[in-house]
Amino acid sequence: MSKLKMITDGLVKNNPTFVLLLGMCPTLATTTSAINGLSMGLATLFVLVLSNMAISAIAPVVPDKVHIPVYIVVIATFVTLLQLLMQAYTPAMYETLGLFIPLIVVNCIVLGRAEAFANKHGVVESACDGLGVGLGFTCSLTVLGLVREILGSGSVFGYNFIGGNDGMLAFVMAPGAFLCLGYLMVLFNKYLKKN
Amino acid sequence: MAVKSNLTNMVAVLGLTCLFCSGVLGGAYVLTKEPIDKAAAEKTNKAISQVLPHFSAVEYNEADHYYTATDGDALVGYAIESTVVGFGGPLSLIVGITPDGVVYNTSVLSHAETPGLGAKCTTDEKFMNQWKGFNPSIKKLSVKKDGGDVDAITASTITSRAYTQAVENALNVFNTLSHE
Repeated sequence: MSKLKMITDGLVKNNPTFVLLLGMCPTLATTTSAINGLSMGLATLFVLVLSNMAISAIAPVVPDKVHIPVYIVVIATFVTLLQLLMQAYTPAMYETLGLFIPLIVVNCIVLGRAEAFANKHGVVESACDGLGVGLGFTCSLTVLGLVREILGSGSVFGYNFIGGNDGMLAFVMAPGAFLCLGYLMVLFNKYLKKN
Repeated sequence: MAVKSNLTNMVAVLGLTCLFCSGVLGGAYVLTKEPIDKAAAEKTNKAISQVLPHFSAVEYNEADHYYTATDGDALVGYAIESTVVGFGGPLSLIVGITPDGVVYNTSVLSHAETPGLGAKCTTDEKFMNQWKGFNPSIKKLSVKKDGGDVDAITASTITSRAYTQAVENALNVFNTLSHE
């Protein structure tokens, strides 16, 4: 399998949000606007690439029975690192996403890729896989956030285009998240079937 | 997974992983501590400068959650933190009060109000501007619906009431301060 295919697989065929349906908690909760979705996606991408690389490097020396605790320690380390860095250098973003950053530890995508891919492949392949799946997650979250922002607040990346008026509030709140996710999933899978 | 799962191996691998990871995080904590503290201090300073006129130094009173702002020897005013329960959770304000007992300005520190409704307490200019120079000895501190002089945010009476309550709490703190 070529490296490029690994990346595009994560984006389309194994898209974590629309096809694998993993990591729904941050997906639904943080996509109130395109920029929030994008930053949550990038945060997960960062953790995913690094944890995939680290885990593929240490996998040969990790005894089978303790591999889950070891992986979780590794993932938690990267997440905490990310949290400290965001707090220090992007405090505004940390405030919006703060609650959901620690939750990346238990995001099934990260542990899922470690289990299903990284511990069986080399460092470079695992990095590509992490990049692909992470980009897939980022794109899905940005699109979902964009749709919800347009419908819910009438703006695009914070730029308001309907001038002062409110959008349809429901889309900023939880019910709208489920509705948008459902419809986007239908469209995405219809497109996949066609090809 | 070439290594056998016997006790020595498991303890060694898990132990070493934890040790290494704590080392990395300890280092990162030390490196980021200064910027994090700086960012937090900047945020408070920004919040205070929003709600009070020009000042040169602030002093924090931890017991009653207020800042005393001074410019040289002169007292500029107090920036009082005030937290009440809003519609969606805690609503934290910082209220700037000048020594004559007039509200200079207010600013929201954190809130959990409904986006598009109560959350407008951070964006609705008409609502926010009425606090600038709010004199509690002339105006009645409660929303119009309750017979006061505060214009509520449309469709967000509960948030507006909570906001008003928070300002009142801050004024109460101010009153005990100025009587000391």
